[in-house]
Amino acid sequence: MARGMAGKGFGMPGEVPGWVNYALLPLLNLLAAFVLSGLVILVIGENPLDVLALMVTEAVGYPEAIGYTLYYTTSYIFTGLAVAVAFHCGLFNIGGEGQAYMGGLGAGLVGLAMTGWPWPVVAVAAVLVSALFGAAWAWIPGWLQARRGSHIVITTIMFNFIAASIMTYLLVDVLIKPGQQSPETREFDPGTWLPSMDRALGWIGIEVAPSPLNLSFAWALACCALFYLFLWRTRWGYEIRTVGQNERAAVYAGISPSRNIVLAMLISGALAGFVGVNEILGVQHRLLLNFTGGVGFVGIAVALMGRNHPLGIILAALLFGMLAQGGGQVSFEYPTVNRELVMVIQGLVILFAGALENLFKPQVEALFRRPPKKNEGTRNEGRA
Amino acid sequence: MPDTPTTAPTPPALETRGVNKWFGANHANRDVSLAVPKGTIHGVIGENGAGKSTIMSIVYGYLPADSGAILVDGRPVAVKSPRDALAAGVGMVHQHFMLVDPFTVLENVLLGAEGGVTLAAGMERARAELVRLARDYGLEVDLDRPVGELPVGAQQRVEILKALYRGADILILDEPTGVLTPQETDHLFRILRALREQGKTIVIITHKLREIMELTDNVTVMRRGEVVANVRTAETSKEQLAELMVGRKVLLRVEKAPARPGPVVLEVSGLTVRDGSGVERVKGVGFSVRAGEIVGIAGVSGNGQSELLEALAGMRPVAGGSVRLRGEELADRPGLFNAKALRGLRVGHVPEDRQKVGLITSFEARENAILGHHDDQAYNGRVLMDRAAVLSRCEAEMEAYDVRPRDARLRAANFSGGNQQKIVLAREIERNPDLLLVGQPTRGVDIGAIEFIHKRLVRLRDEGKAILLVSVELDEIVSLSDRILVMFDGRLMGEVAPQDADERRMGLMMAGVEAAT
Amino acid sequence: MTKRILAVLANSVLALSMATGAAVLAAPAQGADEFVPAVVFDQGGKFDKSFNEAAYNGAERFKKETGIAYREFEITNESQREQAMRNMARRGASVIAAVGFSQTAAVDKVSREFPNTKFCLIDDKLELPNVQSVTFKEHEGSYLVGMLAAMASKTGKVGFVGGMDIPLIRNFLTGYEQGVKHVKADGEVITNMTGTTPAAWNDPTRGAELAKSQFGRGADIVFAAAGATGLGVLQAAVDSGKLGIGVDSNQNWVHPGHILTSMVKRVDVTVYDCMKTAKDGSWKAGHRVVGLKEEGVGYALDENNRKLVTPDMEKAVEEAKQQIIAGQLQVKPYQP
Repeated sequence: MARGMAGKGFGMPGEVPGWVNYALLPLLNLLAAFVLSGLVILVIGENPLDVLALMVTEAVGYPEAIGYTLYYTTSYIFTGLAVAVAFHCGLFNIGGEGQAYMGGLGAGLVGLAMTGWPWPVVAVAAVLVSALFGAAWAWIPGWLQARRGSHIVITTIMFNFIAASIMTYLLVDVLIKPGQQSPETREFDPGTWLPSMDRALGWIGIEVAPSPLNLSFAWALACCALFYLFLWRTRWGYEIRTVGQNERAAVYAGISPSRNIVLAMLISGALAGFVGVNEILGVQHRLLLNFTGGVGFVGIAVALMGRNHPLGIILAALLFGMLAQGGGQVSFEYPTVNRELVMVIQGLVILFAGALENLFKPQVEALFRRPPKKNEGTRNEGRA
Repeated sequence: MPDTPTTAPTPPALETRGVNKWFGANHANRDVSLAVPKGTIHGVIGENGAGKSTIMSIVYGYLPADSGAILVDGRPVAVKSPRDALAAGVGMVHQHFMLVDPFTVLENVLLGAEGGVTLAAGMERARAELVRLARDYGLEVDLDRPVGELPVGAQQRVEILKALYRGADILILDEPTGVLTPQETDHLFRILRALREQGKTIVIITHKLREIMELTDNVTVMRRGEVVANVRTAETSKEQLAELMVGRKVLLRVEKAPARPGPVVLEVSGLTVRDGSGVERVKGVGFSVRAGEIVGIAGVSGNGQSELLEALAGMRPVAGGSVRLRGEELADRPGLFNAKALRGLRVGHVPEDRQKVGLITSFEARENAILGHHDDQAYNGRVLMDRAAVLSRCEAEMEAYDVRPRDARLRAANFSGGNQQKIVLAREIERNPDLLLVGQPTRGVDIGAIEFIHKRLVRLRDEGKAILLVSVELDEIVSLSDRILVMFDGRLMGEVAPQDADERRMGLMMAGVEAAT
Repeated sequence: MTKRILAVLANSVLALSMATGAAVLAAPAQGADEFVPAVVFDQGGKFDKSFNEAAYNGAERFKKETGIAYREFEITNESQREQAMRNMARRGASVIAAVGFSQTAAVDKVSREFPNTKFCLIDDKLELPNVQSVTFKEHEGSYLVGMLAAMASKTGKVGFVGGMDIPLIRNFLTGYEQGVKHVKADGEVITNMTGTTPAAWNDPTRGAELAKSQFGRGADIVFAAAGATGLGVLQAAVDSGKLGIGVDSNQNWVHPGHILTSMVKRVDVTVYDCMKTAKDGSWKAGHRVVGLKEEGVGYALDENNRKLVTPDMEKAVEEAKQQIIAGQLQVKPYQP
C-alpha cells in the first residue's frame, strides 16, 4: 500500500513527530507486554502489581541491583549494536551468540596467556583479540553471503552451533584445568582482570556496592558513540547504509555490495565479540561453557526495539537488563513465578517490541498526524 | 468552481465537496470540489504534487480527509478504507500493480473476494463472471496463466477485471499508461471507451496532455492542491491545459539551435550484453556519440535499451564488443569499466529508474547529492565526512535546479517525482561530465519540470558535451535528439534524422518491421 | 482515544509506584536464628526426572520430615549462579545446597564472603572451612549397569547416549564400557552425545533419534546419561521393543518392564544429609567421595525390572560390586 501511494504525485506523506515513533510506540508495546504478563501472573494466583513492583525494585531499587542490571545491559548493548550494524547493511545476523562465544574464547586466551601483565594492557589486548575472533566468526557467513549467496540467516544459525561445538571440545579436552569436573579453564591471574566498577570507582573515591558491572560498560557506551560516527559520519558507513537500503543504487554508485556485506559482518562480529570481554575478563575470570546464555538473541530484540540507533539500543538494552536482573530475582520471592514464567514475560516483551512492533503504529500515527493550525497554511511552496 | 461543466439532472456518479488534507504543514488538498458525471471519462491532471493522487486516495479510502465530503450518486458516503470504497462501487487501478505474480489471473482476481469457505465453488462462479466481463469489455486475458508471465498491458487488464469483479461502477486509474507501449495504450483506451458505453464512470489521473485530449469528456485541472479549472475537453486545448497546470505559458516544443558536433567521445561497436539470467539483451550494437550532440535511442520498453545504458555506465558486465571513451578502449579493462571508475573518467549517468537506482529514497537529499561521489576528497576529512561541504553542495544544486521544497535534510521520498529527478540531474550534470548517459529523464515528471530538464540537457549539449539519451517517449526523443537510433530486440534498426522521424515510420521500426537504409 | 491512553498510563504509573513502596516496606529481614535451608538447582531445572530432581527429592524429604520449608532457585544463565548464591546467603539461609559442578566457582567466591553460612557442593571438589563437597564415583555404578547391559544384550552391542561431552559424562561412559567389556570382551558400545549447548540436557526428541539410530546399528540396550533428554531415549527404547537404562534417580518406574535398571546417584541422600546434619549440628566441612561402598551410587532393582534381571545376572553384578567395594576390582575413572 505504501509503495502504491508513494509512487508519485503524492505530495509529502504526513510525518508524525519523532517522539511518537521513538518513544511512545515502544512504550505502548511495552505496556501491552506487561498487561499480558500481568494476566498470566494473575492466572497463577499472584498479584501482578506486586510482582511488577518487586521486579522493578530488584532491577533498580538498590545499588547492587543497578550494578547487575547495567552488567546485563553491557552485553545487550554489544549484541544489539552487532545486530544493528548488520541490519543497516540489509543483513539479519542471528549469529551474535556464536560470535560472542568466539569473542569470549579470544578474551579467554588473552587472559590465560598474559599472566603478569598490567590490566590495562590485557584489556586492550582482549578488546582486540575478542574483536578479531568475533569478526572472524562472522566473516565466513558474510563471505558466503557475498560470494555464494548462501543465506546469512541460515549460515549464522549454523555457526552458532559450530561455535558451541568448538568451545565444548576446547574446554573439555584442551583448555580444562586438570583435575576438575567442571569444563572450565583455570582462573586468570587477578592482576589481569578487568576492574569491576566498584573497584574502578573506588580509585576515585566513590563507594558503590560490588557487582559484576565492570569497565566494559564504559567501552560499550564508547562503542555506541563510535557506531554512530561510523555509520552516519564516515563514507564507509554511508556505503554500508546504501547497500542496506538499496543494492541497485549501490551498484549504480560504484559501491560494491559484496565488499560492504563482508565489512558489515566483520564489524557486527567484532561488536558481538566484546561480550567476551565483559563476561570472561570482567566477570567470570575464567573461560567456561555457555557464558553467553542467549545474549546474541536478546540483541536482536534490542536492535529492533532500539530502531537500530545507538541511543535506542542503549535504552532497549537497559530495559532488557532490568528484565534479566529483576525477572531473575522475582522467583526468589514468588516460588510460583518460576523461571519459565519469567521467560514468558521476557518473551512477551520481545514479541511486542520486536515481532509486533507495528501493532499500534497505524492507529497511533493517525492520532498524531494532525494538521497544524489552519492559518499557518498560507499558499505554501511545499513546506516550511 | 466557476464553471462546473455538468448540467445533467441526475446527480454526478462521484463528487467531492470541499475536501481538505494536510500533510504536516503541507496543504495537499485545498477545498477540492469536483464532480464526475455518470457514464463519462473524466481526466484529472496536474503537476506532481498538485494533489491529484491525494484526492483520489481519499476517495478510495487510503487516506482520511481532514474535512469535506465524498458523494457517490448524490449520497454522502463515509469512506474509511478501500473496503468501504468498493462497497460504494468505487474501484481503483494503481500505477504499481498489486498482483501476486505466481498466482493465476483467476486467483488474483479472487484474492480478498474468495466468497465462501471452499475455494472451488467461488472459483467456478468467478470464472463465469470473468468470462462475461471479458466479453463485454474486450478485456481478454487467459484466466489460467500466472500473472507474472503476462505482459504489462495484460496485467493492467487483470487489475481492471479485479475492480469490475468487485462490483465497481466507478473506476479510478492512476497514471495507467506510464508503463504501456503505444499499442497497449490504444488497447487500454478501447477498453475504457467500452466501459463508458456500458454506463461505467472512469476517472483517469495523468499528466499526459495528449491522452487527456484523446480520451476524456471532461477534465479537472489541479495546481498546488487546488482545483483551478473544470472544463469540457472539447472546449479546451493542450496549450490551455498546460498553462492551467503550470500557471504560466509553457513551451511544449524544445527550441534548440542545430548541433555543432565535435570529436567522437563514445564509440561502441559489436557490443553484446547479457542480463542476470544469461539471456542476450544487447546483440552486437554499434554507434558513436560526438561532443556537442544528443543521440537518442528510441524503442518500446524492454528491447535492450536499459541493459545497453547500464552496461555503458559500468553497472553490468559486457559480454563482448568494444567500447571506446575518447578513443580509449574500456571493454577489456574492468579496472576502468566500472561505475566508480567511469565517474572519474567524467561520465555522468542519470538512470532510468530514479527511485530504485538513482536515489536512495530513505536518505536525505544531501546524502543523495553525493551518491557515487561520496569518496571525493571534497566531502571527506581524514576519517569523518565533511557535512558542511556536503550540505552546501546540495543546497547550491537545489538552488540552481529550483528543487522544491528547498530542504536538503528532507528525505528523498518526500520530494515529488520532478524534484527527485532534478536532484539526480543536478548531481550528474553539475560535475561537468564529458559524456552524459540519460535514461527516461522525464518519466513521471510534471510539465514544468520537463521543460526545465529538456532545456538543461540542450544547454549541456551546447556546452560541447556528448549526450546519449534513452527514452520510450517518442516525442521526447524526436524533440531532443540530433540523431535518432531505433532499437528493437537488442539490435539497432537504423538511424533517423529527427526531421524525418514521422510517427508511422518510427512505429514500424520500433516494432522491428522495417530497417532504415 | 488519547485521553483513554493517558488515563490508563496515569493509573498504572500510580498503581506501580504505590506497589513499589509497599513491597519495599513489606520486605523485612528474615529472623536471624531461624533455620533456613536452601537449594540452588542447575540449568536442567528441578523437574528433569534425573539429577536435579534427585536433589529436589532430597530437599522435599527433609521438608516432610522436619516441616521446615526451604528456599530454592533455578539457574537460567551463567551469571545468575553467584548472584543466587549470594542472595540466599544474604537472606539468611543457614545451609545452601549447590547442585552441580557448574556452581563451583560461585560457591568458592560466595562462601568466602559469608563464612557463617554452610555450603554443600555436589559433583565437584572444594576445600574450604564452610564448604562440604561431595563427588560420586559414577564410573563404579556405571560399571555395574554396563555389566547388566552386556549380559542382557543379545546382539553384543549396547548404546550410550550422553548429554554434553563433558568430563562428568565421560566418567559415566568409561565405567559403562569397562563393565561391558568385563562381561563380553568383544562387546561393543555405540556412543553418542546429544549436543554442545545446555539444550542437550533437555532435548528428548534428539535423544529418541539418537537411540533409534543406535538400535538401527544393532544395539538392543541403551544407557541414557543425559538429564531430561534421557526420557526420549527411554521412550525410544519402549517404542522399538528394546531396553533402556535410566540415570541418577531410579527411573525404573518410568516405563515398567522396559527399563533394565537405573544407575542411581544418591544426590537426594546427599542433599537430605546436608540439610539434616546442618540442622542437628553434626555437619562437617570437607570433601567426600562416595561410591558403591558408601552407597552413593548403585544400580536399581525393584518390582518394575525384577523380571528383566535374572538371578544369574544379579549374582554376577553383586559379586562385582563386592569386589569393587573390597578393592579387588579396580574401575578406572575418567581422567580429565
